[in-house]
Formats: sequence, structure tokens, C-alpha cells
Amino acid sequence: MSEPLIALRGLTVDFGGAPALRGIDLAVAPGEALGLVGESGCGKSVTWLAALGLLPGRARIAGSVRLGGEELLGAPPALLDRVRGGRVAMIFQDPASSLNPVHRIGRQVAEALGLHRGLRGAAARAEARRLLDQVGIPDAGRRLDAYPHELSGGQSQRVMIAMALAGRPELLVADEPTTALDVTIQAQILDLLGALRRETGMALVLISHDLGVVSETCERVAVMYAGRIVEEAPVDRLFARPTHPYTQGLLGALPPLDGPRRPLAAIPGGVPEPNAMPPGCAFAPRCPHAAAACAAGVPAPVPIEPGHAAACLRAARELVPA
Amino acid sequence: MLRFFGFRLLRAAITIVMVVSFAFVVLRLSGDPAQIIMGADAPPEAIAAFRRAWGLEEPLWLQYFHYFGAILSGDLGRSMRDGRDAIALVVERIPATLALTVPALLIKLGLGIPAGITAALHRNSFIDRAVMMLAVAGFTVPSFVLGLLLVLVFAVQLGWLPSGGQESWRHAILPIVTMGVGGAAVLARFTRSAMLEVLGQPYIRTASAKGVPWRAVVWGHALPNAAIPTVTIIGFMVGSLIAGAVVVESVFSWPGVGRLLVVAVANRDLAVVQCILLLVAATMVTANLVVDLLYGALDPRLRQRTA
Amino acid sequence: MTGTPLLEATGLTRRYAMRRGLFGRPVEVRAVDGVSLSLEQGRTLGLVGESGCGKSTTGRLVLGLERPDAGSVAFEGRPMPGPGTPAWRALRARMQMVFQDPLGALDRRMTIGAQVAEPLEIHGIGDRDGRVARLLGDVGLRPDQAGRYPHELSGGQRQRAVLARALATDPAVLVCDEPISALDVSIQAQVMNLLVELQARLGTAILFVSHDLRAVRQVSHRVAVMYLGRIVEEGEPDAVLHDPAHPYAQALVSAIPHPGRRQRRILLQGDPPNPADRPSGCAFHPRCPAAVALCAREDPVLKPRPGDGRHVACHVAQGDAPAPSDGRSAARRGGPDRPAEAMRAA
Repeated sequence: MSEPLIALRGLTVDFGGAPALRGIDLAVAPGEALGLVGESGCGKSVTWLAALGLLPGRARIAGSVRLGGEELLGAPPALLDRVRGGRVAMIFQDPASSLNPVHRIGRQVAEALGLHRGLRGAAARAEARRLLDQVGIPDAGRRLDAYPHELSGGQSQRVMIAMALAGRPELLVADEPTTALDVTIQAQILDLLGALRRETGMALVLISHDLGVVSETCERVAVMYAGRIVEEAPVDRLFARPTHPYTQGLLGALPPLDGPRRPLAAIPGGVPEPNAMPPGCAFAPRCPHAAAACAAGVPAPVPIEPGHAAACLRAARELVPA
Repeated sequence: MLRFFGFRLLRAAITIVMVVSFAFVVLRLSGDPAQIIMGADAPPEAIAAFRRAWGLEEPLWLQYFHYFGAILSGDLGRSMRDGRDAIALVVERIPATLALTVPALLIKLGLGIPAGITAALHRNSFIDRAVMMLAVAGFTVPSFVLGLLLVLVFAVQLGWLPSGGQESWRHAILPIVTMGVGGAAVLARFTRSAMLEVLGQPYIRTASAKGVPWRAVVWGHALPNAAIPTVTIIGFMVGSLIAGAVVVESVFSWPGVGRLLVVAVANRDLAVVQCILLLVAATMVTANLVVDLLYGALDPRLRQRTA
Repeated sequence: MTGTPLLEATGLTRRYAMRRGLFGRPVEVRAVDGVSLSLEQGRTLGLVGESGCGKSTTGRLVLGLERPDAGSVAFEGRPMPGPGTPAWRALRARMQMVFQDPLGALDRRMTIGAQVAEPLEIHGIGDRDGRVARLLGDVGLRPDQAGRYPHELSGGQRQRAVLARALATDPAVLVCDEPISALDVSIQAQVMNLLVELQARLGTAILFVSHDLRAVRQVSHRVAVMYLGRIVEEGEPDAVLHDPAHPYAQALVSAIPHPGRRQRRILLQGDPPNPADRPSGCAFHPRCPAAVALCAREDPVLKPRPGDGRHVACHVAQGDAPAPSDGRSAARRGGPDRPAEAMRAA
């Protein structure tokens, strides 16, 4: 990868003794679309909330988050406020409650324009209108004066995206942006994100529990389990040759669209509790290939091909020539 | 809009009628005004004459109807005790009561709201715990206990302030503080929980994520939302400006509306009691109406146009 | 297909009065508008659609939890007694419902075992301990988990407990309203497998209400697609998924995100419509890429399509109206984004 836009190194997060992240190494290149996939509680959202300093005060964060030449962890609030909504913007899962119910849409978009581009008054309003237009809000001029409760879920998410675009970000972190939306609206929003990326050249991190959503939108995927990245690969490669048993399990659990209907290859058991992590590989207790060695230590990511790595002892063994 | 107000006014009228009727029934069933005002050893002829003069020998339901007829024509009757106009009696006491309740309200707002906000912003810190401990104390200690405690310390022990009466502004300090502290405690708790609720909302995270500095997040995004539930309790406090001082006025022998009410109830002086109750109900209803309008101003979700 | 259906619903309609705003006048909303469906023993009907299409209300109407404003439900050939009557309560033992949120459906203060035993007590069924143990085993819970409280179980285990409770009275009909939406992908697979397996063993008829076409295909024998209170298409899951006839079903199918899929996606314009403001003619016509003048005027009825007999409510699919020249691939004409972006390779 060329010089990364943002690089996370050994990022850990702890909520009062319960580890949420247990060492994340992840880099995003300028303009690339990275998918971050995993089930609830795996830490995929926490990763980016921690990177941007958006976690509550009781979270203990360690490691490093470098944006260009700047370290974000432990950075002064003024620096973080300049980065957030400026170089890195973020949108969230539930668009309806992510907008402030007592302020008009136009004011909320204009606030970001004032903070990051120094636009005020009529200039901010005109730009806010242009942004609403750009994200496909019909009748943008009148919608500026609407309140969030007057918008549908899909429109609210478009407004969130407009607000994110206000600071001309180099990276947009979209945390489950379509999970709360209907399927046809999800398709609209994913289409919009793709189009905006091509227009603006910004990088995208798409956090999702849905492998399908990620596969259609991203170029590279990182799969997370229990606070770690277990596999990372270009999207086509990941779906063609999933290597970590957890990735294989996720793909197997997805009902197919064609072919005979047989029982799904469900992953047995459930995700371990943060304060009761199994020793060694966290997936071992649910893994069909687990061996004694898996409990001995946390497996390190094994490069399988350029750009493809899996944190699994079995992957390491298979690489050893027979 | 008109329908909205029509409905509110009707509800207010029903509330007032119920309050007045309830007071009538309770006061009449709990003792004979003639006996109480004339004294137990009054001659029977005097009592009979008193009854005739005040229409007390009529059947209860007829008294009730007469009473309501009079109210509707604007006549709230005269005090059975000294024959003075009930309205005049009550109105002349209002300034004294407001002299206590208005400054007390300012203390409640000025102390309670900032304390609640500070506690919420520093959740689980030393400040939060200290504020909440004081708030729980101020909230659970009844005002007559607090009042007596303050009298004991500042009047009896230290001798700094008078323990009762209405001679100078210094006499007002202890009753005002007594009322203000209790109300501030209630408001602090309420503001804190409203603020905590709002701070946990996704739109607060959105504001931070778009680079709004924390102070501006609190002032521009959290407070306007936290104000919505807090307005209810403030409205209640405004509504009780007139009647909220009954206990404190008694403890500090302050000659306001509250003390008049206590005396009037003890004497079964129906006209005066009813007059005060009407006044209280009217202020409460007005305060509620203002709260409803404020809701609309604060929360766009409640002011949707007629579609 | 077997002979007479176990449960048959005909022309179900449910209206609500909805008030808009504080001062608004109530507006009549038809949540369900003439839905007919039938459930057969040992088979699953999948009901798909987006939020507000009336699929959950249909589920409640079918169970008699709500009384329809028009239409009727017949169970084993006899009309359903009114909600709340003793006859209805007796019948309820044979018809159960499973909801989306298992934690909300369970009583937090009662153990799982006690909650599974509750319907047995209500309907006076004996050998409770033995049956509870067997039910828990059926849904893949350990016997010792009977003593646990809901918050001590994971989301998937809770949904298993809800299923065990629903199955306690040996119901003939099970209505599952989004039973897997709140669960993680790997747990969804477990619950779907469990439903299929239990049905094969117990012969339960299932109405599977979901927004997820993939899940519906996985568990259903037939699928009905709903839009704005009506069924717009019905057929075999693979037929509907691979060759949807109704333009709405086509958009829905093409919107399914799928790893490695390289298909063009049909993007619908605008938001799902407001049920209080139902468009004239075919309710889908304002968003429909294939709509012709007739669609705005005349309401299409659900009927078998000439040729393959697929049930579809669409003038164009039925051949009653000419298809636009470029057919269904001209799915989107100047959407809310940029026209140039109208179509894209997925």
C-alpha cells in the first residue's frame, strides 16, 4: 500500500476491565473503500469511535492512530475537533435519532460548514442547499427548513451524508449506514455512497454486519471477531478463498439465493463475553478445526498472498510446504 | 389551534369546579362553622342566629347551589369570621406571599439547574456525587424540618437572623432559603437526569463527530433538548407561587396567603378557603397552559401544522 | 400440495385512524387492504415487504389478535371466533406467535423453565417437568438452562426459549414476525435451521413474516410479496427470486446485497409511500419503472398470469398493458441522485 491516509497500530480499548478491542492494526489508503465486517460486539464500531475520540470518558484507549503525520490518540480537543467532520467524517446507524430533533436540517448542515469551511449566513445556506441537492434530497431549498421528524429514514441518512460532506472529508466512516433502512432504500444509499466516492475521491470505511453490503461497495475487507481482525483481503479474494474459519462460517451462514435448500452451515455457540475471553484464539471454542495449539497463544496474522492475511494457525500450517 | 385551546379551557374549568366542590364537601362534613367560630360555649340562640345569617340551616345541596350561583356571578362571599369580603382578604395577603415565593423561585432556578447540569456533565465524579447527596438531602427533608433547623442555627444559636415575623427584609431570608433549597434540590435531580438522557442520544455523538467543540455541543445541542422535560417541573413551581408557601409561612409566622388558608380551614371559613382554592387552581391551570405553549416552542415535533 | 388448507384468510382488511400532529384531523389508513392467504400443514408461507407494508398486521389478523374490518379467517374450515371469547382462547393454544425481540417477549423476572411451563398450566396440560425438558431439548437448549433468567442467555438462546414456549401447546400454526432480524448472522442461521427442522418433525404450518428475502427463501415453500397493504406477487420462492414478475418484486430482489454478485441493480425512486396517502390505481405506479397510463387509473387485481400461472397484481406483467419499449431494464428514469448514475454495475 502507498502512504496510508490513516493508520491504526495496536489499538486497544477497555471498558472498566472488559476489553473491547485487543490490538487492531489497520490502514486505509487515500481513496480506497474498506469494509469492516463482524457481528455485534466484535468491536468494529468501537474501533472508529476510539480512533476519533468519540468514546465516553470511562473507555481506556491505548495504541496509536495516525492521520497523515498527526497522532490522534491523546491529541488536544482542538485538534480532534478540526479533524472530526473535517478530514474524517462519520455517519451512523440510526439516521432518525442521529439528527438533533430541535434544529432545522439547514442549520445542522450549516453548522458543519461554519466549523470547517468558515461559511456563514447566506453563503452557508446556499452551500447547504447544494449539498442536500448533491445527496439527492428532492426540493432541497425547502427541505433546509424542515425538522428531522419530517424526513423519512432514507432522507435522514442523506442529510447525515450531506453533513459529512460539508467538511470535504478525505475519509468517510459509515457505521452500519443502512442497517435501519428498508432494502430498497439501502440500495439507494449504497449507490449514493459509491457515486460520491467516485466524484470526490474520498476514502470510505464501511462498517457492517452484512457481508453482502460490504462486497458490493468495498475493494478490501477486514473481518473482525472478539476485538481483533482475523482476516483481511481484497473483496473478491475474500469471497473466493475465505481462509479464517470464522470468515468461512459467516459466509456459510448466509442463505444462498439459488441452488437446493439445505440446512445452513451455522456457527455453533455464541460470541464470547468480553470479560470471559478464551485463552489463545478467541474463535477456537466455536471452530470446527480447533486443535490444542489454538488455546496456547493468540495467532498472529499470516500473510497468504499480498494483501491477504488470516490470523489462524491452520492458515500458517497450510503455507508450510509439505 | 382554536380547538386545542377550547379543549384546554374546558378541562381547566372542570378542574376548578371539582376542586371547589371537593372543598365544600370536605369542609362541611368535617365540622359546623357556627360551632367553631362562635365557640363551644356560645348560647344556642347566638349559634342559631349565626346559622340564619350565613344560610347554614338550609339543606346542604341547596347551600351548594347557592354557593355556585354566587361564584358564577362573581361573588365569592364574605368571611364568616369578620364579615369582610373574601376576595379583599385574600388579595391583600398576596404581596407578602410573593415576597417569599418569587425570590425562592429564583434560588431554585439559579441553583438547581446549574447544579444539575454540572452533575450530569461530570457524571460519577466527586462533583456529581456531592451534588446528588445534597440534592437527596434537600429533597427528602421536609420543609418544616429544614425551616426549624435553620431557625435553630441562625436565629437561636447564632442570633444572626430573626426566627419569625415580617418586620424587615431580614425576616424574609430564612423562609426564602428554606423554600429555595428544597426546590433547587428537586430541580437539580430533574435537570441532571434530563441532561444525562440527552447526552446519551445519538445526535450528541453526531455533533461531536462533525467537529463541534464540546462546550458548543452542550449549549447548542444538549441543553435545548434537556429543557423540554425540565420545563414541566418549572411550570409546576411557577404554578405554586401563591399556594406553595403554606408550611413555610406557618413555621415563620409570615402573614401570607398560606397562613390565611390555615386559619380559614381551622375555622371552617368556607368563603375564604374557596377563594384561595380558586386562586390556586387558576394559577396552576395558567401555568400548565404556559408549559404546553412552551413545549410547542421548544419541541418542533409537537408543533406540526394542521395537515 | 395437500387438500384443504389448515388456515384460510380471505379479503382481510384493517383500517386505522391516524392523527397527524397535535391539531390534525384523523385520517383513515388501510394497513391491510384485502389480503387473502392460506397456510397448510407442514408448510411455510413467507410474507415479505418493507416497513409499513402491512405484513406484521396481517400476521396478527391471521391469529385473530386483531379483528379485521373486513374479510375472515377460517381455521380447519370453521370461522375464527372473535378475539377474547372463550372459544378463541381455546383455539389460541393451537396458534402461536413469535416476535422479533426475544428479550421483550420474555418476562425478565421468571426463569426460562417457568415461562415454557406457563402455557402448559394455562391450558391444563400435565407432566409439565417432562414436557419442559423435552421442549428445551427440541430447540437446542440444555436442561440446566431451564433455571436461567432471560438476561443470562444470549440473543439466540432467548429466541430458542421463545420458540420452546410457543411450541409448548403443540400448535398447528406458528406466526413468526421477523423472528431473526434482531440476531447476528451466525445466530440467524441457527434459528432458521431450527425452524425448518422443527417443522419437518412436528408438521407445523408457519407464516414467516420478514423483510429479508434470503431468509424467506431459506425457510419457505411459498412466498408472498406485500406492498402498501396488498399482496402484489405470490409463488414458489425460487420462481419469485429468479424471475420476479411484479416490478416491485424485481426491485426488491435486485436490492438484495450478495457477495460476488455482478448484476445490475434496479434503484427505485423515492421513499416507500405513506399508507395514509395511497396513490390512485396501482399503489406502486409512482415509483414503478414500467408504469403506463393505465396503472394510474386502474387498480390491478392479483390473479394468475397467463402462461405460467404466477399470481401477480400488475397490468404490465399480465399483458393487459403494453410494456415500455425497453422493458424492465429501464428501471429508473431520473432518480433522486444523478441521472447518469441511474444504473450501475453492482
